Amino acid sequence: MGSRPERTPHATVWARVAESEEFKDLMAAKARFVVPATIFFVVYYFALPVLVGYVPKFMSTPVIGVVNLAYLFALSQFFVAWFIAWRYVRAAGRFDRMAKRILDRLEAAKVEERA
Amino acid sequence: MSTPLLMFLGFIAITLGITYWAARRSSGASAYFAAGRQIKGWQNGIAVAGDYMSAASFLGIAGIIAFQGYDGFMYSVGWLVAYLTVLLIVAEPLRNAGKYTMADVLAYRLRPRPVRAMAALSTLTVSTFYMIAQMVGAGTLVTLLLRGSGITYNWAVAIVGVLMVAYVVFGGMLATTWVQIIKAVLLIAGTILLSVLVLAHFGFSFPAFFDAIAHVHDGNRVVNYLEPGLRYKPPYGALDLISLGLALIFGTAGLPHILVRFYTVPDAKTARISVVWAMAIIGGFYIMTTFLGFGAATIVGKGFIAQNGGINMSAPLLAQRLGGDVFFAFISAIAFATILAVVAGLTISASTSFAHDLYSNVIHHGSPRTPEQEVRVARITAFVVGVIAIGIAIVLGPTFNVAFLVGLAFAVAASANLPVILLSIFWRRFTTEGAVWGLATGLASSLLLIVIGPSIMGVDGPLVAASARHLIRAKPMFPLENPGIVSIPLSFLGAFLGTLASRVDSDSEARFVELQVRANTGLGAEKATAQ
Repeated sequence: MGSRPERTPHATVWARVAESEEFKDLMAAKARFVVPATIFFVVYYFALPVLVGYVPKFMSTPVIGVVNLAYLFALSQFFVAWFIAWRYVRAAGRFDRMAKRILDRLEAAKVEERA
Repeated sequence: MSTPLLMFLGFIAITLGITYWAARRSSGASAYFAAGRQIKGWQNGIAVAGDYMSAASFLGIAGIIAFQGYDGFMYSVGWLVAYLTVLLIVAEPLRNAGKYTMADVLAYRLRPRPVRAMAALSTLTVSTFYMIAQMVGAGTLVTLLLRGSGITYNWAVAIVGVLMVAYVVFGGMLATTWVQIIKAVLLIAGTILLSVLVLAHFGFSFPAFFDAIAHVHDGNRVVNYLEPGLRYKPPYGALDLISLGLALIFGTAGLPHILVRFYTVPDAKTARISVVWAMAIIGGFYIMTTFLGFGAATIVGKGFIAQNGGINMSAPLLAQRLGGDVFFAFISAIAFATILAVVAGLTISASTSFAHDLYSNVIHHGSPRTPEQEVRVARITAFVVGVIAIGIAIVLGPTFNVAFLVGLAFAVAASANLPVILLSIFWRRFTTEGAVWGLATGLASSLLLIVIGPSIMGVDGPLVAASARHLIRAKPMFPLENPGIVSIPLSFLGAFLGTLASRVDSDSEARFVELQVRANTGLGAEKATAQ
């Protein structure tokens, strides 16, 4: 039986980070963005095949000239996807800073231990 | 010598030059499998796009839209939105927790041998189906595009196979990356040019363009190509569309050849940036493919395309009509480059999985193999994969219907790979048994449902040509072309029951904490190697 990878850095460090308030804050902040964003894009996306599949006549209603609801809704998916990606990158900049603070503190603690 | 042939040779010369350069530069396992993790964010973004936009999306989608209008657009939408799953959920944890393959993430907290064996089986299945589809497509295309040059189907398949093996064996991930980047740039340039020509044909008037799309002449009928329902019809059309959507949205984040790309960048932040670059390129590309498809339907006409090579020739024939023979040659060379870049990506991900997951960690029980051994095994695997793919593509022949193979690859990726990736990142209680059961149920159920579905089973009328007939001539037992709506929930169920039936694995739970810290902070993640 192959063994799982070596635990580096030392196992207690992982647990210490996992139990720190800062790490819990990071996880909570990520969840606050990722969970609603995921629910939103999945619902928005599946609205398309559901509407196009079950009410094709309604979706064929012309909106601008001959351009119909089905086409505009499909096209809007692209812009919604790009918008969510842009918002995520902005939010992730904040997550990066939170993660960096956790790593910096860990580094400082290590130096102290050695001293 | 004909212009298309010259352009093909030009592309081959450039890519072989890159392979030579990459072969001299790279040494060591991290360089071979992950390009030393030194690819920049924008470069990897373009490479992801080049890895992803296959012949199925360039020629296939333009063709489906040219023949069936709006319903083809549904594929394009799913193929872009799928990247939100990659961006929000998979890319960063994968980069932080793994080394070379998808299985690294599972093996981080579960017992490595069983999960690596199953994950490698699933990876090889997805890659093989996808590759056979590309190879048969390449053979058919090259013979059509180089008509008169004397290159037969078998030769075309062999040339594509030899080139992809050469890139991967000699140039590794670095050469593969640059082949994908060049291809993506060419593909986007060609698509923009062709779209502009389509709009120019309508005097750059969108109202005139859309008016033509709403009145497409199909034989004696006038059809509105903006209306849904030309492809997906009752009674099962709506369910099939939803099922297709599930496979696209959750399959992309489980495609091994896309996932390995995130190991080529220095850190998770760069992985994120590369997904955003890929989304910008892929989204723009898929919006433009609708111009190509609608353009082919209105300017060239379905009847003409059907008589001159068929549905997949829609985009090249449109190029010929609007830009003459030189432009036709350019677009054809791009289609060829597209296939080569994708099969190279598939070859390297399949051989990495074999060498890293099966050879080092299953056959040799994870006892240390030198990186040189792993690289050597990967090179031999790439060679074997190439020979097998050439063989299968030649045996199946040019008339084999390959369209469903790409759908199958997405269905397996969505059903087998993604559920276990998600559960190992998010579920503390998850166990090895759960992962093995999830992978096995997803793989088996999607394969079975495709075999008993309308892609393989069907009753053909007497007028259907022998080569186009269904493999099993009987009424399909499963009504949908796309199995995702059944196989994805089954895989989750398998993973749940497998976990609950097994004992609580305290080691897995302790390592879950590690995985969470590592995935979310990058602590202990694989670093870029100095060159």
